[in-house]
Amino acid sequence: MRLVSAFAIGLIFGLGIAVSGMINPAKVLNFFDLAGTWDPSLAFVMAGALAVVIPGYRLVFRRPAPVLEPAFQVPQSRVIDQRLILGSATFGIGWGIAGFCPGGALPALGTGDPLVLLFIAALTAGMLSARWAQARTPSAARSA
Amino acid sequence: METDFTPWASLLGGALIGTAAVALMALHGRILGATGILGGLFRPDDPPDWRLRAALILGMAAAPLLVLLATGALPQMDQPVSAGTVALGGLIVGVGVSYGGGCTSGHGVCGIGRFSRRSVVATATFMASAILTVFVIRHLGA
Repeated sequence: MRLVSAFAIGLIFGLGIAVSGMINPAKVLNFFDLAGTWDPSLAFVMAGALAVVIPGYRLVFRRPAPVLEPAFQVPQSRVIDQRLILGSATFGIGWGIAGFCPGGALPALGTGDPLVLLFIAALTAGMLSARWAQARTPSAARSA
Repeated sequence: METDFTPWASLLGGALIGTAAVALMALHGRILGATGILGGLFRPDDPPDWRLRAALILGMAAAPLLVLLATGALPQMDQPVSAGTVALGGLIVGVGVSYGGGCTSGHGVCGIGRFSRRSVVATATFMASAILTVFVIRHLGA
């Protein structure tokens, strides 16, 4: 039941990415190209998502626990530090270079496009190297 | 390369993404963040958790096939950059989302959706950074 539900939720997310056009790197990159071939669609995707998530989360958090698991697992950190800002700025550089973000690329895997496989492989390599670096130098990573 | 502005399809797609995020929180108590879901696949110490993440990713990857069944064509994808550039971008994204603690789905949708100040700051930062990057590449000829 847990896995069927997770598969269905993944499918709805993936359909959203496909229908919204965010599976298409050209469309995502054009959102960033304010001075060129600007395509504002990504802002409408964010608006559509937040219009559901803001009231939806409010309703969900009235419950003491989720339906299929014992407890909510929500990030508790409230720290706004260099690590958050430099990490996010770095993500933006990579996103602007390749046009894929992780949420766009995972559904795109289903197309079998070799460039998507390449992106996911590189993304994974980047994530694992960062994790390795963080494990080796936790104090340096924290102040990175 | 020009792309068509698709306000209605993008609003509808966004609402589907939001629906998935609310369902994952309501049923499984988790943030729907692609970074976290993928990253957890490489921590196999909790098999039930691993299977949940794998099922989510399989569902996501099944979406283009459902589009193919329904419309007779895969969703449109155009990659205007080279394979080497895609690989470089992927590597940089991987490092960035690890340090930044999330990406567009985790910070941009779920984090802002619960009014996390961290997520608002992260989203403003990566959007600004991506806009600047594309400006430099496309208009300053980097």
